[in-house]
Amino acid sequence: MRTFFLVRTVLAVLAILPAVAAHAETPADFLRSFEAAAKREQAGFAGFSTARGEVFYKSTHGRKWSCASCHTRNPATAGRHAKTDKPIMPLAPAANAERFARADKVEKWFRRNCNDVLGRACTPAEKGDVLTYLLSVR
Amino acid sequence: MNTMKRFGLVLALVGGTAPAVAGDHNYNISDPTYQAECASCHIAYPPRLLPVHSWRALMSGLDKHFDTDASVDPQSAAAITAFLERNAGRKRSSKYSSSAEPVLRITETPWFVHEHDEVPARVWKSPKVKSAANCTACHVDADKGNFSERGIRLPK
Repeated sequence: MRTFFLVRTVLAVLAILPAVAAHAETPADFLRSFEAAAKREQAGFAGFSTARGEVFYKSTHGRKWSCASCHTRNPATAGRHAKTDKPIMPLAPAANAERFARADKVEKWFRRNCNDVLGRACTPAEKGDVLTYLLSVR
Repeated sequence: MNTMKRFGLVLALVGGTAPAVAGDHNYNISDPTYQAECASCHIAYPPRLLPVHSWRALMSGLDKHFDTDASVDPQSAAAITAFLERNAGRKRSSKYSSSAEPVLRITETPWFVHEHDEVPARVWKSPKVKSAANCTACHVDADKGNFSERGIRLPK
């Protein structure tokens, strides 16, 4: 009887492990999911581009701010919030291992910041381009 | 130094998470969700510095939060609102606003204006201050909820 409970407990723990592990993601995981979404949305999707990502990152898109307004033109360095001046840790994963490591954070910040910079949500292709650029920064 | 101030000082020395004591300038900002969600773009402003109806108005407009999108997921919003409600200011309303409309900026409360009326204009204009919302420019431990007089360093 006791063995049965032990086995059941071990099985239950094993069953939730993938859910726990799913919290720790890598930038490559996000690239894959952006790519899958881009392919669904865009018939002729031809892959992400570092150059396009850099232009997107540094452009104000006809509005007030760019990504660089807060994250600086070198995303491997620390930035400052354009309005409040609060320090912001580097955005490039090479300089800050906490970046692109959790799906909820990535979703939250793209949602907020795309809205602030572009006045709309970013497309999966745009997110993929930007992340490809950020990964190219060492 | 009166007893209350002495008590506040002892609390401040004992630990940074000391609860707010009437008359001193240490405030409760220690809520993990509030810290995680609201202290990314600015410091965790002390809930006590605005009345409860101001916080509710602010929390209902996070998608347009002083010209930025500061929206949070519904569970976080509920947890933050509850923390703000528990710790909001309870002084008479004239301390916060001269109108019935909820004031959304701490810097626009009569209390804030009065507390800062001796700050010279050059300090407000300093590039190190940039904005009156940048508490840490002068209150060096503002991000820990500590606004005591001893923690004030005016930028040169």
